[in-house]
Amino acid sequence: MKKTIRITATTLAFLSLTAAAAYAAGDYKPARSVEWPFKGVFGTVDEQAAQRGFQVYKEVCAACHGLKRIAFRNLADIGFTEAEIKALAATYQIKDGPNEEGEMFERPGKPSDYFPSPFANENQARATHNGAYPLDLSLIVKARDNGANYLYSLLTGYVPAPADVTLGAGMHYNPYFPGKALAMAAPLSDGQVAYQDGTQASIDQMARDVTIFLQWAAEPEMEERKQMGIKVLFFLAVFTGFMFVAYRRLWSNLH
Amino acid sequence: MANKPTAQAPGVKGWIEYRLPIFSFIDNSLGSKYPAPRNLNYWWNFGSLAGICLVMQILTGLFLTMHYVPHTSLAFDSVERIMREVNFGWLLRYMHAVGASMFFIVVYIHISRGLYYGSYKAPREILWWLGLVIFLLMMATAFLGYVLPWGQMSFWGATVITNLFSAIPGIGEPIVHWLWGGFSVENPTLNRFYSLHFLLPFVIVGVVVLHIWALHIHGSNNPLGIDVKTPQDTVPFHPYYTYKDFFGFGVFLIFMFSFVFFAPNVLGHPDNYIPANPLVTPPHIVPEWYFLPFYAILRATPDIGIPLTSIVFMDAKLAGVIAMFGSIMILFALPWIDRSPVRSGDFRPLFKPLYWLFIVNMFFLGWLGAMPADGIYVIMGRVAMTIYFGYFVALWFLSKNEKTLPLPRSISDAVLTKPAAAH
Repeated sequence: MKKTIRITATTLAFLSLTAAAAYAAGDYKPARSVEWPFKGVFGTVDEQAAQRGFQVYKEVCAACHGLKRIAFRNLADIGFTEAEIKALAATYQIKDGPNEEGEMFERPGKPSDYFPSPFANENQARATHNGAYPLDLSLIVKARDNGANYLYSLLTGYVPAPADVTLGAGMHYNPYFPGKALAMAAPLSDGQVAYQDGTQASIDQMARDVTIFLQWAAEPEMEERKQMGIKVLFFLAVFTGFMFVAYRRLWSNLH
Repeated sequence: MANKPTAQAPGVKGWIEYRLPIFSFIDNSLGSKYPAPRNLNYWWNFGSLAGICLVMQILTGLFLTMHYVPHTSLAFDSVERIMREVNFGWLLRYMHAVGASMFFIVVYIHISRGLYYGSYKAPREILWWLGLVIFLLMMATAFLGYVLPWGQMSFWGATVITNLFSAIPGIGEPIVHWLWGGFSVENPTLNRFYSLHFLLPFVIVGVVVLHIWALHIHGSNNPLGIDVKTPQDTVPFHPYYTYKDFFGFGVFLIFMFSFVFFAPNVLGHPDNYIPANPLVTPPHIVPEWYFLPFYAILRATPDIGIPLTSIVFMDAKLAGVIAMFGSIMILFALPWIDRSPVRSGDFRPLFKPLYWLFIVNMFFLGWLGAMPADGIYVIMGRVAMTIYFGYFVALWFLSKNEKTLPLPRSISDAVLTKPAAAH
């Protein structure tokens, strides 16, 4: 029985490896692997990096990409103070209403408001983006295979198209994108944002920071989840240990 | 059942027991009055584990229904609301989603144990059937549940699977429209799937009651596959197996919660975090992992006709649907396909390698189900499918004349003479 289990386990491991390889053999380059601070059992959100990433999102991505599942108040999770959040929210104009006269109106944002979409609707987005629809980024890290590495690789992966590739009008070459041609031009350039903490805003740094921010946006519960998980598993390990001893002791009377 | 108690015992317990013999009922069902074979190994833990899974799914599901909105324009957002705003909503949803996978892992092991130790043989055929009915209901429930978050895989999975019914000649299309409640997978589809996803688990509970009832008539099978003959062959279920089961629960919960807390999405598909879009078809539509072996059989089935001619009796779609459903239906006939009087695979030298070939082939089919359906994968799929059905053909012939090893005289004899050999 033990032998067969070992054989089955080896077969399983082999099959899952080949499955991964077959998936990866699509028409794009597999993402580069980064050691993310949020990875692993003890992974946490690097607040400093997430705040820088938010700055990148706000100053670069937000021109085209929404973040509709995040409210301003949620930014407290990555270390923004209440005053900072209030001030930030007030810089946005939020559509509200109707008022008593039946009119829709705009007012400054409050911490409980969600990030407004950069477009009125999908058609307007497509009309102003050469037919392409910039996605909402709230869940992007979870909505892609190996999401964080993929996002980082995509943002840092723009290269000139090889000679044998002809791109459609308004398309850009990126080997990490499925199909390798996408409507989004390389969004980052060195020194594009002025980080308040003095960090050098290289393309690589900005891509890392915005990935850490968007990973938080996709799984805001991640830190709480892992910390609870450690406690729960510790409890279960003790419980199971006790049950094992009790079970063996009880059964030892039988023989 | 209708035994009228003769005298009332003192105290509150006695008062209740005299009117409703609930305490003796529990004691007779899984307590000290229920004798179980003393040689059950760890593979016998998976029945009670399946029960735990069912209870967990129903409880987490109940709380999810308090926040979920079954409408095409709100379903996805309501799930994200559960994840982000509802207190411990992420825990409920991840326990429910991971729990579904865990339920299938447990049940697949439970079925495999029955296959190896011949638990389907007389007098446990109806017990086996009821188990298969539970398995089918689980598959239906899991499929319906996967549609509810209304992501891309939800929508396209629902489209592909409901479309299978269009293979039925003549009435296929009306049936599909009837299932959808319209001319495509739309809001009426989501509404009825939600309703049925809520209902079916309670149908499962009902069949589980019958399954356990049937189990209690002849008791558990055991690794030796021989009948219990004397009280020395058994131990009381409580405390012996209740303790062992609790140890099993602990191991299982460690396994399950490792996924829930540290890898909640690895068993799912990233495309389901993209809201459903009827205008964009995902490049690979893949069902949940637990359906992959059957999905592989569906896709591997060719046109049925005369080879080397263009004569086709049945197109691949209908043949595939029949093969896929047939792959489960054939299990209902297993008690008569396997003609060997010996239950346990331990005493069947020819059955044993055949069994393991079947199990390994099942993993192979699962892997193929996740691969694209073209080129070499189609050929491999046909080989694997042939092995799947070949198992039953081979078993029919092999079981008649197989020279089995000598069986021990009794369970207690085997356990007490060489205790080191037990599990």
